[in-house]
Amino acid sequence: MKGFILSFRSEFYKTRKTMAFWSSVLLPLLLCLLLFIGFYSKSDQISKEPGVMLWLQFSGAILGIMGTLILPMLIVFVAYSVNNIEHKADTWKTLFSLPISKLSVYGAKYFYAFFLIFVCLALFVLFTLGFGNLLSVVKPSLRFSEYHIEGVLTRVYFKLFLASLGILSIQFLLSLLFRDFLKPMGIGFICTISGDILAGNGWKYAYLFPYSHPFLAIQSLEQGKNAKPGPGGMPEIAVDFFTKDIGVSLAIALLVFVAGYFIVLKKSVK
Amino acid sequence: MVIRTEGLTFNFGDQTVVKSLSLQVPEGAIYGFLGPNGAGKTTTIKLLMNLLKTQHGSIHIFEKELQSNRINILSQIGSLIEQPAIYLHLTGKENLLNRALLLEIPAKRVDEMLDLVHLKDAANKKAGQYSLGMKQRLGIGLALLSDPKLLILDEPTNGLDPNGIIEVRELLIKLVTKYQKTVFVSSHLLAEIERMATHVGIINHGELLFQGSIEELQALSQPLVQIEAENTVDAANFLKKNKVDVADVNEHQLFVPYTDKKQMGEINALLNQNGFTVYSIGKQQKDLEKLFLAITQNA
Repeated sequence: MKGFILSFRSEFYKTRKTMAFWSSVLLPLLLCLLLFIGFYSKSDQISKEPGVMLWLQFSGAILGIMGTLILPMLIVFVAYSVNNIEHKADTWKTLFSLPISKLSVYGAKYFYAFFLIFVCLALFVLFTLGFGNLLSVVKPSLRFSEYHIEGVLTRVYFKLFLASLGILSIQFLLSLLFRDFLKPMGIGFICTISGDILAGNGWKYAYLFPYSHPFLAIQSLEQGKNAKPGPGGMPEIAVDFFTKDIGVSLAIALLVFVAGYFIVLKKSVK
Repeated sequence: MVIRTEGLTFNFGDQTVVKSLSLQVPEGAIYGFLGPNGAGKTTTIKLLMNLLKTQHGSIHIFEKELQSNRINILSQIGSLIEQPAIYLHLTGKENLLNRALLLEIPAKRVDEMLDLVHLKDAANKKAGQYSLGMKQRLGIGLALLSDPKLLILDEPTNGLDPNGIIEVRELLIKLVTKYQKTVFVSSHLLAEIERMATHVGIINHGELLFQGSIEELQALSQPLVQIEAENTVDAANFLKKNKVDVADVNEHQLFVPYTDKKQMGEINALLNQNGFTVYSIGKQQKDLEKLFLAITQNA
């Protein structure tokens, strides 16, 4: 366990000045900032909207493309970056000759990639809420304060996080095995497009394909939204964590983690 | 023995890269692991570091089996394998601090290392801007950071200028004599090893061709009497009949093991008196470079 913590801290130390780390911070910041500017400039047109609609539009603008594009591509990039740092510096041999178990070294890197995605999604929640509330302060005509979306938004993003673990583990393994960017990137891109098409067309086995999971997570949300007008006129958005696709995502993450470990054990270190 | 391998064999696919290697590295030695490029040196070192899985044979380090005592053994080894593994986006100091973090070593030691490898002035410069020699020195600093009992260095003087080579050599000698470390250092340059090693192993095509102390290696290189004569083959046969050993014969020269000056005079007289004109005669010492070539080429 100590080896794992040391390796994890070292992962942070190594990446803290690179895009691998900062992309997870800058992406939500920039997107939410853009959205903030957009809403600010058209505040006159939307000032009549009720708070709940404002929040849904504000968060939905990002969530809409989050499942189909942003999240899968971010995963491809993060999985690549945390491995590329060792490929580039030729440091796999040093990592695996440290007096730390190979499982700790490998596991720390794996969980660091998870951690970066988690941070990124958490910041999306934080910045969405922050900028939304900021809008209601600088433009009091926008009635963001009417509705509280914190709980739902957190659950939605947490579900997205769970839905991303399957892809992340596959991309992580690809980036670990291949030195170049094109292979994992190409495979990730094609699979994401396929996943979107499969899920978008409502193929009934799409839940088995990890690259469809973020899309499915968002999709189930929209279906839920339309189905349930809640008490007091406020729509109640249900987020169900225990769906088949989330189960498959977690199972794949676990399976690929274990398989990856045995590959690392057998693989000769260049 | 600090390192002891028995029957160590390693195949890449169907190609045998290391053949039945039996290394013996005593404590406090500078063991020069010598061989031409592609002889299997780096593969052997990776096996010693458990980066490659031992296929056949056994490895004992500090008299403990490597596979089952991996972490314990690795915690006492510092290594530099091929080109130094350095994060180019971090500064030299950050590279050392990162390793110190992983090895739980106080940050104070980082400054000592920077001082030792003369990188104090460049400590806060990005390693990507370092010269080849500076990177190599940083690599050595990283290897020494944990104050290991055993240092395994793969071609540590590669890419260094003459001053740098001398510095590394003196550093290694100091580590062994003053701090009782053991150093296992590979090289394809005999002259380099000859100047610092106490023990030598010569490897080619994955096979260990010689292993012993540097004195034993030098003893192999016996002086010879080189004789240039009219008809070398007949002369050699004549000498043999007269109970003089002949080491080698070719078209122009023949060689007899040297014992002393008197013996050289006697051979000269013997040949001349029996109708073999001697054009020249002299003592010849095979240098280690030639010996090394002879050992690696005959294999």
